[in-house]
Amino acid sequence: MAYSRASAAVHAPQPAAVERSPGYWSNVWRRLRRDPAAMAAGSLILLLILMAVLAPWITPADPFHASMLRRLRPIGTPGYPLGSDELGRDLLSRLMLGARLSLFMGITPVIAAFVLGSALGVIAGYAGGMANTVIMRTVDVFYAFPSVLLAIALSGTLGAGIFNALVSLTIVFVPQIARVAESVTTQVRRSDYVDAARASGARSWTIVRVHVLSNVLGPIFVYATSLISVSMILASGLSFLGLGVRPPEPEWGLMLNTLRTAIYTQPWVAALPGVMIFVTSISFNLLSDGLRSAMEVKE
Amino acid sequence: MLSYVVRRVAYALPIMVGVSLLCFMLVYLAPGDPLVSILPPDASAELQRQLMQLYGFDRPLPEQFVNWLWRAAHGDLGTSIATGRPVASEVLNAVGNTLMLACVATAIGFFFGCLFGFVAGYYRHSALDRAASLLSVVGVSVPHYWLGMVLVIVFSAKLGWLPPTGAGPGGSSSWAPDWAHVRHMVLPAITMSVIPMGIIARTVRALVAETLAQEFVVGLRARGLRDAGIFLHVVRNCAPTALAVMGLQLGYLLGGSILVETVFSWPGTGFLLNSAIFQRDLPLLQGTILVLALFFVVLNLLVDILQGVFDPRIERS
Repeated sequence: MAYSRASAAVHAPQPAAVERSPGYWSNVWRRLRRDPAAMAAGSLILLLILMAVLAPWITPADPFHASMLRRLRPIGTPGYPLGSDELGRDLLSRLMLGARLSLFMGITPVIAAFVLGSALGVIAGYAGGMANTVIMRTVDVFYAFPSVLLAIALSGTLGAGIFNALVSLTIVFVPQIARVAESVTTQVRRSDYVDAARASGARSWTIVRVHVLSNVLGPIFVYATSLISVSMILASGLSFLGLGVRPPEPEWGLMLNTLRTAIYTQPWVAALPGVMIFVTSISFNLLSDGLRSAMEVKE
Repeated sequence: MLSYVVRRVAYALPIMVGVSLLCFMLVYLAPGDPLVSILPPDASAELQRQLMQLYGFDRPLPEQFVNWLWRAAHGDLGTSIATGRPVASEVLNAVGNTLMLACVATAIGFFFGCLFGFVAGYYRHSALDRAASLLSVVGVSVPHYWLGMVLVIVFSAKLGWLPPTGAGPGGSSSWAPDWAHVRHMVLPAITMSVIPMGIIARTVRALVAETLAQEFVVGLRARGLRDAGIFLHVVRNCAPTALAVMGLQLGYLLGGSILVETVFSWPGTGFLLNSAIFQRDLPLLQGTILVLALFFVVLNLLVDILQGVFDPRIERS
């Protein structure tokens, strides 16, 4: 019961000298451990993050070293385990270093939107009335755009670049998170334990901090994790269109774009950056599904 | 019923105005002067002033917005800076191609999504369920622009069965119902269908499982109804929600086709947006986005209303 953790604390007085039952998070962890798909996905994500962090020290070759003579080598060429790209750079090294920007561009907007969207949604849901109307109707307008269209419209007008892409993606996800946050907050605000807290003289800020946030952040967090996969695909998609990361920095979407010209000469090399995006995105989806059922959040 | 329809429309109208306002403001989001892309670098201040007047950029913002909205409502979306042609006709032409592709993709996605969803929901926790669920996760996780590339590699570059790009032979810019055009559509349509396929499969699986757990199903079984008969009842219960999800997915595909259209050089709105962005053709960008976003709002409204028609319980809530 993710929604009623604080209520349990209010209503059920703990009898003394009884062995403490395992906490909420250890229960979640226990359930998550029994979900093989989520555990595999989680380990893969950890590996990818580790690879991204260590990339500058562990790449087998210089990811920026170009060679006009060794362009578009096939997979398995000595010295080029995954082949080379259209400028003769080692693809394996570029894929490893590319994990940095790709993961950063995919995860950052969701974190930013989680903070902003939760704040907006909780304020709208708890304050109600005029504040709710103003916030939620504005959110509705942004929500009325299909996400891909909004992301491309914003970053297309702002212009190419990492920062503009991050801003655009954050704007895409804030309304989605704010809507979830608002609906969960409204439910919590109407619950008996909030009434009880108010009747016992708790101030609004205390109620929001203790009762609302502790019950609301779980479901919003689960929802936000499900957005990371979308965000990865969209962020790489922007770079694929030439709107995100600019060359020569390695990023999977951008690499897919520049390798597109090679689909007739080295098709499997050209498809590799997409495999990385796919693996990352499906791992985040599986982990998010696992978290959702482990935390018992209803859709 | 009528009051429900009126309520939905009254709710959608301010959103449409808000969407238009956002599209209008895009020009002011853009760095630099909106005229930069058409002004010659050595333009005199006089020429700049004249053009500002011509495009109406010298008026106060609210007045500009009302004028722009008024003209847009009458089908005038301005003139493309890059080509000098009216934006409305360019968008209309492209929307037709995108709509065609999105409808076919949604139909494919709906068919397979329902199939996998039903199998998974009916045989829950079996190997079939796991396979169907895995397929639906793949559908929502795969970067569709990459899937498009892979399909081109396999079916065009390697096997040579299907054409890799374009809507028809010889750079045909509009769709026609002949065999050559159908062949051009196969790969982009399949590529675009994976997202709605995954989402519809997930929805239908949950719906079927939920319906089968209801008491009336036990009642039907008790009365001796076979699986086929129960199946019909389940379909009836799932259809409204599944169709609603399909409607929304069509809207998402219309707005989200830009990446797939870029891969396949499909002459639709995505292609138009792409060229508008890279030629910094703001009126064209604005017009295309406005049309697509309004289309999405209207589609949402229609889905809402139809759901109310099919399911009277929604009307009352």
